[in-house]
Amino acid sequence: MSISTLTKTRGGVGESVRRVDGVPKVKGEFQFGSDLWAEGMLWGHTLRSPHPHALIHSINVAGALALPGVHAVLLAGDVPGKKCFGLEFADQPVLAGDRVRYAGEPVAILAAVDPETARRAAAQIVVDYEVLPPVTDMEAALLPDAPRLHEYGNVLRHVRIVHGDPDAAAEVWVEGYYETAMQDQAFLGPESGMAIPSSDGGVDLYVATQWLHVDREQVAPCLNLPAEKVRVHLSGVGGAFGAREDVSMHVHACMLALRTGKPVKMVYGREESFFGHVHRHPSRIWMRHGATREGRLVSVRARLLLDGGAYSSSGSAVIGNASTFAAGPYEVPNALIEGTRVFTNNPPCGAMRGFGAVQVCFAYEAQMDKLAKALGMDPVALRLRNALKTGSALPTGQIIQGSAPVREVIERCAAIPMPAAIPMPDAVSMPKEEGGRRDRLSYPGGAGNVSRGEALRRGVGFAVGYKNIAYSDGFDDSSEARVKLFAGSSGPIAEVHSAAAEVGQGVHTVLAQIARTELGVEHVVLHPSDTLVGSAGSTSASRQTMMSGGAVQLACQAIREELFDRVRLRAGMGDAPLVPDGALTLEGGMVLAGGVPVGPIEAYLDEPIERTRVYHHRPTRAMDAMGQGDPHVSFAFAAQRAVVEVDEELGLVRVVQIATAQDVGRAINPQAVYGQIEGGTAMGLGFALMEEVQVREGRILNASYTDYLIPTILDMPPVEAVLVEEPEPGAPYGVKGVGEPPTVVSTAAIVAALRDATGRALNRVPVRPDDLIGLTQPAASAGPPPAPDVPGPKAVPHYWGLTHGQGTLMEPE
Amino acid sequence: MDILLPRTLDEALGMKSDHPEAVPIAGGTDLMVEMNLGHRRPPIALDVHRLPELRQWRCTDGTLFLGAGMTYVRIIRELPGFTALAQASRSVGSPQIRNRGTIGGNLGTASPAGDALPVMAACDAEVVLAASGGRTRALPWHQFLVGPKKTAIEPDELILGARWRVTRGPGSFSKVGRRNAMVIAIASLCLVLDEDRRAVRVALGSVGPTVLRVPQAEAFAAGALAEAGVWDDPAALLPPEVIEAFGERVAASARPIDDVRGTAAYRRHACGVLARRALRWAIEDRQAGPAGHGRPAGSWGARC
Repeated sequence: MSISTLTKTRGGVGESVRRVDGVPKVKGEFQFGSDLWAEGMLWGHTLRSPHPHALIHSINVAGALALPGVHAVLLAGDVPGKKCFGLEFADQPVLAGDRVRYAGEPVAILAAVDPETARRAAAQIVVDYEVLPPVTDMEAALLPDAPRLHEYGNVLRHVRIVHGDPDAAAEVWVEGYYETAMQDQAFLGPESGMAIPSSDGGVDLYVATQWLHVDREQVAPCLNLPAEKVRVHLSGVGGAFGAREDVSMHVHACMLALRTGKPVKMVYGREESFFGHVHRHPSRIWMRHGATREGRLVSVRARLLLDGGAYSSSGSAVIGNASTFAAGPYEVPNALIEGTRVFTNNPPCGAMRGFGAVQVCFAYEAQMDKLAKALGMDPVALRLRNALKTGSALPTGQIIQGSAPVREVIERCAAIPMPAAIPMPDAVSMPKEEGGRRDRLSYPGGAGNVSRGEALRRGVGFAVGYKNIAYSDGFDDSSEARVKLFAGSSGPIAEVHSAAAEVGQGVHTVLAQIARTELGVEHVVLHPSDTLVGSAGSTSASRQTMMSGGAVQLACQAIREELFDRVRLRAGMGDAPLVPDGALTLEGGMVLAGGVPVGPIEAYLDEPIERTRVYHHRPTRAMDAMGQGDPHVSFAFAAQRAVVEVDEELGLVRVVQIATAQDVGRAINPQAVYGQIEGGTAMGLGFALMEEVQVREGRILNASYTDYLIPTILDMPPVEAVLVEEPEPGAPYGVKGVGEPPTVVSTAAIVAALRDATGRALNRVPVRPDDLIGLTQPAASAGPPPAPDVPGPKAVPHYWGLTHGQGTLMEPE
Repeated sequence: MDILLPRTLDEALGMKSDHPEAVPIAGGTDLMVEMNLGHRRPPIALDVHRLPELRQWRCTDGTLFLGAGMTYVRIIRELPGFTALAQASRSVGSPQIRNRGTIGGNLGTASPAGDALPVMAACDAEVVLAASGGRTRALPWHQFLVGPKKTAIEPDELILGARWRVTRGPGSFSKVGRRNAMVIAIASLCLVLDEDRRAVRVALGSVGPTVLRVPQAEAFAAGALAEAGVWDDPAALLPPEVIEAFGERVAASARPIDDVRGTAAYRRHACGVLARRALRWAIEDRQAGPAGHGRPAGSWGARC
């Protein structure tokens, strides 16, 4: 009992605590999935279809098996259990059986002593394909004579939201058509993992993923193993952004490990990675907005078409999101929103940061600008006039119950000072030593040295967007956490065991901060994330801080109750100082009563205290056939203002400044929040200006970082961010997720600024240099994209649910 | 795969003669990428990056010799007076790539998008090749670069470097890409003025099967400068419509295609814009004079 002075617990909630994994990552010592190694391990390799649509008549593996160093070659027939997996519906074959539906679909897997041998062996496998005509256009997929890619046709889900009277009369109408391309998550660490067979006939899978338990739910049935024999462990994850929600090499590595009895490692190459994960759904969007002359929205009509590629992935949730957010963060009394997610022979699309909200934000914010112009109104004022607030009704009939500081984010963003005026173009009259010259790297075109300030035009754009936090549509994506408080050699230690995937966003740091604050203990250790604790749900949907944070908070509170019982019990027995009056609290390693120290925490930890708790968000209700329900848990809003410079002759762009205000509920780790805002903005900037997976006839043309461009430091401007902290009722500490809203809104803001600078329509992202100088015409449509005549959101037999979908969806033909 | 590690140029040339199938590797910024993508699998790699003979430059008798092993970062540091060359080097890849990548690699790969190639073409460079037994030869750049990723090198030869007569006058290199750094050229252009010969030389990258020169446009510009009296009086002005016409002529000379990086129409358009700007900048820089931008005298067109 040496401690007698009271110190505040350091490193708790609200502090910009250094990341728990920061130092090893900066020093290059962090072990990512691709660094996994085991004695005697083999290297797995995947043979993929070169054709977007073909029948497989036969596969001859003799040549590969004959190669020295090859231990196994496996085909669809070798899959021990269920032949298909999938997040919502098990419709994606582990290995293609008699048909391939996209170029890059796995056809065979093999294990060899080294990657080189594995690659050469794969080249010896002979597949007899009968090439079929591919369906590569999302509208063509809806034509009656289009080849049917799945038994149930080419529509995964059709959503129809009818709100008020969609035919209500308005005084001013604007209409627009918009397209967005396929974006890649571009995580730095490609798909990787290692499967190690165990003596009980099961397997341990170490993998870079976003949700350990849903991986296991999909992997175990394919391996024909009970879930407890498939233990999934999180390996170091080099970014995720949605691309690791789906199973990639998981089942393959396990199959090879179980077959060979050896550890099998698989790491996709950069090119293969473009085929190894889902992308952001390309979209075609038509919208018509009606308003009063005073600028009040009367009606929104929207038709959305998302190209999901070959399989379901999380597509039904993506179109659900896109449809429910299509009217924007505005009060809209009447709406008709029709959203359709189709199958084609393009690469599969699924989850990516923003999850359907990005595509529609690009469209509805362009519409708001059009409307402002038609009304002769200031675009910011128009948005303020229609802003959602707590109590507003959404087109689904959902009433916003939580915080909705839309007005605040708009006003605070607009109040951020503008950057300095455009400097004079440099010229011989203003040489450098006279102090007048601007750094040429700062012109559009940057390091290319194309400009001394010629034809420079500045533009300003404003956008507001929003995104749901956690899973929707009645799904209970709960999170479990186990916390143990015990006496260490130099004080109390809290151990946090959570399956929440740390993918680089900082959730592990946040969980440690919460444990510190709740338990008054600074020393927190994190148990490795695995399936020995219950599911944490996915590191997706901006949900982990709220959900796993909530679970850690609950577990800590349970520990506190037990600890306080011990304090009271011991006080009553008289072998410790009597408890003074007042509530018991924990701070700086001490137990306090009414703010007065009673004794060190470890004095009450003769027995460790361990508690496991599950956090549930408030229940939601899926949409009905009219799109009415209470589908979302809560919402996070963001406003951004972009200032851009365009070289009007070359169509090159430099974003000068991003100003943003974001509704974050409560910042647990402010520096990490700013980091998410900057990173999310960079992703939106990339989508606005350069990021596009180019697909022609079902084939990816630019599967490399040479030609799939993501922003560099010369493309990213300073981000002036303001955090709006209005706590979310019912959420731990009032938190909201922060990762997605910046991505949702920045693409829209930047393109608005480009329109302002050039006066051009710019209705497709990414915007090309050709578009900015008028060499191309705006993306055209003959009218609203078609909506199939299917009744409500029942286009697919059973939908939503990992557990339900897994069991009920048809097996592949 | 075997790796040969010669210590001297003679040893390297002997190895190349014995193993004509050996592929030279210096920085590896092209070869390793091709190998990683599975596009290429040479049976033997010949590591030339240590050879002292290739890692040097010299400026003698009015001629610059640039060793094949000169990296872009060394050019930026050691040859800043060769403005266009330094600008092209700065536009290459990332710092890591500029630390590794070499002029010899740019020549050997012979991509139409090689960033240093338009500079060498505009300077009328010769490529110096060597084979064992003391055989060397020099080919004008256009006889060396014969097609996309095709050169006139013999299997037993190595690239020693490039050389060109140093001229007096301003010049620049510009490159258009879809992002502001670390990008492969959609179109690039080098323009140099040769004060002594009163000539304008322009080369285009990424808009044809190889780097292109545009002789008609060059002659037009030189004539226009003479007509306007600019050669004699740096303060004289070139009429805007003449600069416009020059840009049109350059654009018309491009032979671009559509590909994953850009459209042919944009490439042609960009050539015109870059040409107009480069000519205007050259005239501005002449007005400012060699020391005008705080650089040492002779900086635009360092002298030997």
